[in-house]
Amino acid sequence: MRIAAQSTQVSRRSLLTGALAGGFLFAFHLPARARGVNEPVEPPDSTSGKFAPNALIRIDPSGSITLVMPQVEMGQGVYTAIAMILAEELDADFAQVTLEHAPPDDKLYGNPMFGIQVTGNSNSIRSWWPKLRAAGAATRAMLVQAAAKQWQVDAASCTASKSAVAHKESGRTLTYGELALAANSETPPKDSPLKQVKEFVYIGQPLKRLDTPDKVNGKAVYGIDALLPNMKFATVMACPVLGGKVRAVDDSAARGLPGVRKIVVLDDAVAVVGDHMWAAKKGLEALKIEWDEGANASVNSEQIWRDLRAESAKDGAVAKSDGDVVKGLATGDRFEADYELPLLAHATMEPINATVHFKGDSCEVWTGTQVMTRIQSEVAKAVGLPVDRVTVYNHLLGGGFGRKLEPDMAVTAARIARQMDGPVKVVWTREEDTRHDVYRPAYRDSIAASLSGGKIQAWKYKVAGSSVMARWLPPAFHKGIDIDAVDSAVDLPYDIPNFHVEYVRAEPKGVVTGFWRGVGPNNNVFAIESFMDELAHRIGKDPIEFRRGMLGKNPRALAALNLVAEKSGWGGALPARVGRGVCLQPSFASFIATVIEAEVDESGEVHLRRITSAVDTGIAVNPDTIKAQLEGGLIFGVTAALYGEITLDKGRVQQSNFNDYRMLRIDQAPKIDIHVMKSSEPPGGIGETGATAGPPALRNAIYAATGVALRRLPIDRKMIAGRKA
Amino acid sequence: MLTLQINGTEQTLDAPAEMPLLWVLRDILGMTGTKFGCGIAQCGACTVHIDGKPVRSCVLPVGALQNRAITTIEAIGATPEGAKVQKAWLDLEVVQCGYCQSGQIMSATALLAATPNPDDSDIDAAMAGNICRCGTYVRIRAAIKQAASGVKS
Repeated sequence: MRIAAQSTQVSRRSLLTGALAGGFLFAFHLPARARGVNEPVEPPDSTSGKFAPNALIRIDPSGSITLVMPQVEMGQGVYTAIAMILAEELDADFAQVTLEHAPPDDKLYGNPMFGIQVTGNSNSIRSWWPKLRAAGAATRAMLVQAAAKQWQVDAASCTASKSAVAHKESGRTLTYGELALAANSETPPKDSPLKQVKEFVYIGQPLKRLDTPDKVNGKAVYGIDALLPNMKFATVMACPVLGGKVRAVDDSAARGLPGVRKIVVLDDAVAVVGDHMWAAKKGLEALKIEWDEGANASVNSEQIWRDLRAESAKDGAVAKSDGDVVKGLATGDRFEADYELPLLAHATMEPINATVHFKGDSCEVWTGTQVMTRIQSEVAKAVGLPVDRVTVYNHLLGGGFGRKLEPDMAVTAARIARQMDGPVKVVWTREEDTRHDVYRPAYRDSIAASLSGGKIQAWKYKVAGSSVMARWLPPAFHKGIDIDAVDSAVDLPYDIPNFHVEYVRAEPKGVVTGFWRGVGPNNNVFAIESFMDELAHRIGKDPIEFRRGMLGKNPRALAALNLVAEKSGWGGALPARVGRGVCLQPSFASFIATVIEAEVDESGEVHLRRITSAVDTGIAVNPDTIKAQLEGGLIFGVTAALYGEITLDKGRVQQSNFNDYRMLRIDQAPKIDIHVMKSSEPPGGIGETGATAGPPALRNAIYAATGVALRRLPIDRKMIAGRKA
Repeated sequence: MLTLQINGTEQTLDAPAEMPLLWVLRDILGMTGTKFGCGIAQCGACTVHIDGKPVRSCVLPVGALQNRAITTIEAIGATPEGAKVQKAWLDLEVVQCGYCQSGQIMSATALLAATPNPDDSDIDAAMAGNICRCGTYVRIRAAIKQAASGVKS
């Protein structure tokens, strides 16, 4: 792969270099620090004098190897995994690689699955796997060729390891640094051979993450930590009614407050700029704002649900149809159920923020985003500049979960910065972040199935809910189908001869919806796996046994299910009001079986006892990261199942902060065991998977413990209080 | 003018007495290791130590802190418990996005200073005020036990 031997525009000065516990040396290039208080602004530098065979790898004659990260780090460990894959095929010394955030550039750093620079849908490793390997292998081949030429030997007689090329016969070695300039004039070979799985030295090892040492000592820099000379601080308030506008602002009380510098009135929000966040907050509280509440002033949750249920009764666009579902449903024992999932907020720990310096003919943006180029183009549009006049510096993300797939925070910050002379950091309060999120859609999923001979003969499934894709990536909403909304609904692991899936687009009035960890599958896996348990119950079969009988064509799913049954102690005796529930999912090209053991007490409160998952995610690039993603994803999922719901009244979101939008805490966290299965299949996705597995497994555990078939989230304690199976 | 003792250094600065310590640290002193999460003492991301005790700096007026010893994540590694906690955090790969971890480490360090061998209920009581949206709780629990005992759990 030869993408282009050109430099990024980002300055390359490494600020933070430190020794890790494992002896690794690394440095992050962090523009916010490099250009921070008391630091001179550096000119962009170039790759001249370095070996830069593609946009991802740069080797300096000093021997330092810089790997540019095309995907963003929001906790999922992708920086380490990408570095491992590049270093593997490059035969680089992993202990000495330096990582750099990529600048905005779809051509160089576009996600191969999306074509644009996006981190989401658990596909960073899946989509980059072939390209990263090819980039590493081609670079290595060029270094070997350069050494062979210098020694006048056959390249095939040379070997590479730990950033050096050796010629065994003559005992000579040259480091990659020594070869860097010579390698520049080598032509990359076509199709450099890739390593066999058994030759991997890094891939498959639980190597230490490269981003964590600075996350335990306060040095890691997130978007919210950007510091610039002469910067001001702002906070913002949008109309409490979704979509409302500003009518008038009385700022007389705010103006005189110490530290308040400017009141910025936009058409849909008001910001106060001050010497620090506290002044900005006090200033905002002192404003008297009159809002034009607009068309959504009477929207409430009851209406949203009434509308969704009405839409869900209609026929949808057909996403998939195999066999004859009408005939199939007419034979055997027919059973139906509807499942409902609420609107949800993201609640990233780092509230949304962006820092912008508008300079008239150019604009700079500091933030942490999942969509670098979209931030660049949307800010350009908002301030009326050509795209190439907008520079974006990405940062570590304090949680993404889909919230940072949106550019709104940078756009609002740019509109505020446009009225300022210097840089301004705009930080949303938790309350504003919660009340003006893009929400996970509410869904109503309807399923009808017929059973005969202990197996499903026909399956008719209908998803009804908002299409995020229609707004976010319009080509992915085609002929009435949102490909994300039906993800995992169209490819069940089970053998079902007559199979039919429909989608009904139903937009909640006034509410903008967005991607949320688990994306489309987080609604479908819940409905499918809940219904599977109800079907098993109907014919008196054990839920795992029932699933096993329909996995003939899916050995990977079957193996995961069998392993989780063994590891979770499935079938073992349990006290009263304690149950085990299972979830099986083939989502994101990973096969995951999960068992949750939970107790429902007399009052209906749910206590998590234990979670066990077996995961076949193909080649596990870093098995410890995969375990960590499952552990955390499961907590994320069960948090939503236990507490998550955004409601509206009079057009206003009623939740605001962690006191009324509750999170699971450590005293409720169960023991979690993740079993990563050996596989030589290509890597699957992992970041979303726990979030989709947790809710149905918990719901099914409650079903087993109480006999109550919950069909709506979050879990209604009143329905399960005092009940036992 | 206010004089504060932060990480063993005297800092003189101009800030309103009712201004929470969090914003003094972040926006006046440029010490960004202490994080803003909720602003109402619900999430623990802003935890610092005052005279060795964990407090939520987002609701702590700075005017009351003269002559008190303020310790932040930037200096916690200089204490024996802080160093042990940071090492255990790295050994067990606790961290994901990392945004809450400054606060988690400050709470865990204070726990170990007060209770050198905490059991599960001590950990629950000391750590339940710190939310982790990435869900690293299982590893936080294991890392606290390792930091306490020196033995990998």
